[in-house]
Amino acid sequence: MTFLTDLAAWFDGVKAEFILNFIDKNRWRMIVTGLGNTLLIALLACLIGIALGVVVAVLRTTWDNAGATMRKGPVRWIFAFFNRVCLVYTTIIRGTPMVIQLLIMYYIIFATSDNGIMVATLAFGINSGAYVSEIFRSGIMSIDKGQMEAGRSLGLNYLKTMWFVIAPQVLKNVLPTLANEFITLLKETSVAGYVAVSDLTFAGNRIRGVTYSPFMPLIAVAIIYLILVMFLTHMVGRLERRLRQGDNR
Amino acid sequence: MITVKGLRKSFGQLEVLNGIDQHIAPGEKVVIIGPSGSGKSTFLRCLNLLERPTEGQILFEGTDITDPGCDINLIRRRMGMVFQQFNLFPHLTVMQNLTLAPVQTGQMSKGEATAKATQLLARVGLAEKAGVYPKQLSGGQQQRIAIVRALCMNPDVMLFDEPTSALDPEMVGEVLDVMKQLAREGMTMLVVTHEMGFAREVGDRVLFMDEGLVLEEGTPKEIFENPQNPRTRDFLRKVL
Repeated sequence: MTFLTDLAAWFDGVKAEFILNFIDKNRWRMIVTGLGNTLLIALLACLIGIALGVVVAVLRTTWDNAGATMRKGPVRWIFAFFNRVCLVYTTIIRGTPMVIQLLIMYYIIFATSDNGIMVATLAFGINSGAYVSEIFRSGIMSIDKGQMEAGRSLGLNYLKTMWFVIAPQVLKNVLPTLANEFITLLKETSVAGYVAVSDLTFAGNRIRGVTYSPFMPLIAVAIIYLILVMFLTHMVGRLERRLRQGDNR
Repeated sequence: MITVKGLRKSFGQLEVLNGIDQHIAPGEKVVIIGPSGSGKSTFLRCLNLLERPTEGQILFEGTDITDPGCDINLIRRRMGMVFQQFNLFPHLTVMQNLTLAPVQTGQMSKGEATAKATQLLARVGLAEKAGVYPKQLSGGQQQRIAIVRALCMNPDVMLFDEPTSALDPEMVGEVLDVMKQLAREGMTMLVVTHEMGFAREVGDRVLFMDEGLVLEEGTPKEIFENPQNPRTRDFLRKVL
């Protein structure tokens, strides 16, 4: 009998905790808003990361492959310059902590802006771009150079060969690593609270701060991240299988 | 059709081509033989600027292709190349491999390119393979497809860089047959090969290269039956 009453009491406690943390004063709305901000930042940063990553990767591999034999002149000079810029970019971004980059962006570079979400999105996008560029670069370098030669020997120009011949093969090869990078990015946005962005983590932590009951809000936030990541992993798995279908490798 | 003047190519300190002068006439079949490392492949790859010459001139149908102002993409559309490793595009079907360049360079519509590819595939006996991926084909079939891919651009000249060297012995014949057929149809061909039988049968002219120079050239009869240069004699004694 005591066991049942204990159980009932425990359930009552859990219920009270739940009401306190999520129902009272509509606190669940903070979680929803936070989730929205997290998804927005992660998605936009992911797009910025891909765009930056592709440009940097193509610039650097082009220079590595052709820089030595390029004719002297303005084109070569521009390539050399941008190659150096890309190197500095990846070195700085990969060599400093994400939180510091975020703080510098918010308090120094965009000191006049109070749009934390925009600043955070840019900071995460720029950060992700450095890692994505290395992923794409290793992907491009892993393609046999005969593929580029075959494309060029047929009269396709460099960019068309890149686009129709190299890129599809690269994409398939790097997809798992790329997905991993975006899963990392999604979780890394949890430091956005440093610049007063109410993301998912920030929301959970704030609820904990007012209710003095850490268990429910923190575990709820963790579960939401977990579900997001599992969903992403599942989608990437499906995409991978589809890309592999035609290939018979 | 192709005139080469004083062609030199070095990779850093290593001199691979030490001054080559050649003229290739329309319809001529030139076979290039020689020991490995003699510069045969580099010579061939210079002709469509896959390797940029260090010095010298290459005239193709009157255009100096070594001139910085020359649009090499336009020139390459008229020069087909076949590689030792086939280099088919693994992510595309055979038909997509064949039509990619004609369509993307704007030479043909998708329909025209497909028709042309279908007709050429039938000629090399691979009509039923249009929808499969390269990995599903044997080496010999892949190389025949690679030849067809080059032909789809309607080239004026075909460059073959050791087209049978990566093949299992029983597949060499089917590829050489396609090349012989092409030769009979009057295509201008430059072939780097170790297939001496092919050189003898198809070549109008044989070049023997060593150490970046054409040491001896002549008709297959002259080269194979009465070689003058001691190094040609030495090489032929080893391979025949």
